[in-house]
Amino acid sequence: MQESDATLLADFGGPASLEVHRDVMALYHALARAGIEGVKNLHPAYCTLLVVYDPLRWAPQDLIFKLQEAAGSAAVATTPPRQIDVPMCCEAEFAPDLAPIAASAGWTIQTAVERLAAATYHVAFLGFAPGFPYLLGLPPKLAAPRLARPRVRVPAGSLAIAGAQAGIYPAETPGGWRLVGRTPLRLFEPAREPMSLLLPGDEVRFTIIDQRRFEELARA
Amino acid sequence: MTLIEVQAPGMQTTVQDLGRWGFGQLGVSACGAADAMALRIGNRVIGNPDRAAALEMTLLGGRFLFRGDAWLALVGADFAATLDGVPVPLWTPFQAAAGQSLRLGGARAGARSYLCVRGGIEAPEILGSRSTHLPSRIGGFAGRALRKGDLLPIGDPPPALPPLEIRPGVLAQLRPASAVLRITAAAHSASFPDSSRAALLAESWGVQTDSSRMGLRLSGAALAAPLGGSMTTAGAPLGAIQVPPSGEPVILFVDHQTTGGYPIIGCVISADHWRIGQLRPRQTVRFELVSFDDARRLLLAQEELLRAEILGL
Repeated sequence: MQESDATLLADFGGPASLEVHRDVMALYHALARAGIEGVKNLHPAYCTLLVVYDPLRWAPQDLIFKLQEAAGSAAVATTPPRQIDVPMCCEAEFAPDLAPIAASAGWTIQTAVERLAAATYHVAFLGFAPGFPYLLGLPPKLAAPRLARPRVRVPAGSLAIAGAQAGIYPAETPGGWRLVGRTPLRLFEPAREPMSLLLPGDEVRFTIIDQRRFEELARA
Repeated sequence: MTLIEVQAPGMQTTVQDLGRWGFGQLGVSACGAADAMALRIGNRVIGNPDRAAALEMTLLGGRFLFRGDAWLALVGADFAATLDGVPVPLWTPFQAAAGQSLRLGGARAGARSYLCVRGGIEAPEILGSRSTHLPSRIGGFAGRALRKGDLLPIGDPPPALPPLEIRPGVLAQLRPASAVLRITAAAHSASFPDSSRAALLAESWGVQTDSSRMGLRLSGAALAAPLGGSMTTAGAPLGAIQVPPSGEPVILFVDHQTTGGYPIIGCVISADHWRIGQLRPRQTVRFELVSFDDARRLLLAQEELLRAEILGL
């Protein structure tokens, strides 16, 4: 489908699920590997892949043909997802919204933290800011709406919840998601290889750490 | 190496080139010049490659001291520039000698001016681009807008090119004055109620003062949201007209986030993207719906004229 005169949108249909997202990522990897000239950006998301192209290079019908060719020739991705452990500190100072979220789930804070740590998260895509992962897999009872008034400053590394989504802020920005933890890891550094700690398709688990360990890792 | 000293930064002056492409999957915004057509012309008239970096100024220009000789071109909106008090022309190369100071005022019409320097502004290339992305503080000069006292190095000048004079009338043909942005339907435009799509085309829209390179907020009417609830977050293109719950549309612009969760009612065509970069706060615009075929024809015609008259020479 044409989204604009310089983008095509492959829409796999909702609602968001791991199965639909696998299809999105299979197409994304096929097109990324094909390296088609004049394709300027690929944006995978929950149920869609947006292809940004140079409209001087491609008429849309020719590009669609080329994309279908690339998608058809790609072997189905069989590589297992990368497993990434992310240290996470959920002490009160780093998790200002955790207590009310735990309360509305009918849990103690400790139970909420245990459930956060027991879940496996799937990086659906990176968006909002460089290296910001949109995570599927939040325990449903921890789902919470966005803040009515976004915070002016959300610290880098904050683990955050918006509806059924979880995410981690790579850098200090304003933000309206609810904060339930913080990691000392740097999620995005342009000069590092790989520059983004997390990539679409990764599986993430949180290892709970205390504030002292957080400070140690932050200094490392 | 010749240096430019920033004596006054202007309202928001950043280093920009044609953008940071190929990292959208990591959430990296393409950013780049808000009026890419002007930047390409400015680079061409002083013999730079299209992708050389320049200074983008917004509404109020800066004051720059040249610590060595430099060839310059000012393109885009008219900011009433003077070199040591003498007015300088737009769209035409001119030389600054060491010790001279270029002073820009406020934009007389339009919003953005580019100071192109022969050799380009020498900022580090980050992910293939020198463009500044202010929200994530990546690229350009330390990831930020310029401040008083900053020293900007100029790159090695390219070999001499024959002087280029743009024929009279060509710029008016390439950049006609108009208060209309042409749009195409988006993939899910049809999910909006008819009344919203009709109002988008019928209303005059005012550019709100808190607009930025990330997005232009419009006021005019409240557009009803799509039937059947909200959509899930998806990649969003440059020029997309999003409708948040307030009903006041937002045009996603060069610094926009790579993904968005608000439904898109239409997208400004590529041939008119430069025009978004020249919109001023409180200015009013209207939207006109065109087909995808027309959008492509308009872009190809614009590019052909650019190449025939300026870039191809």
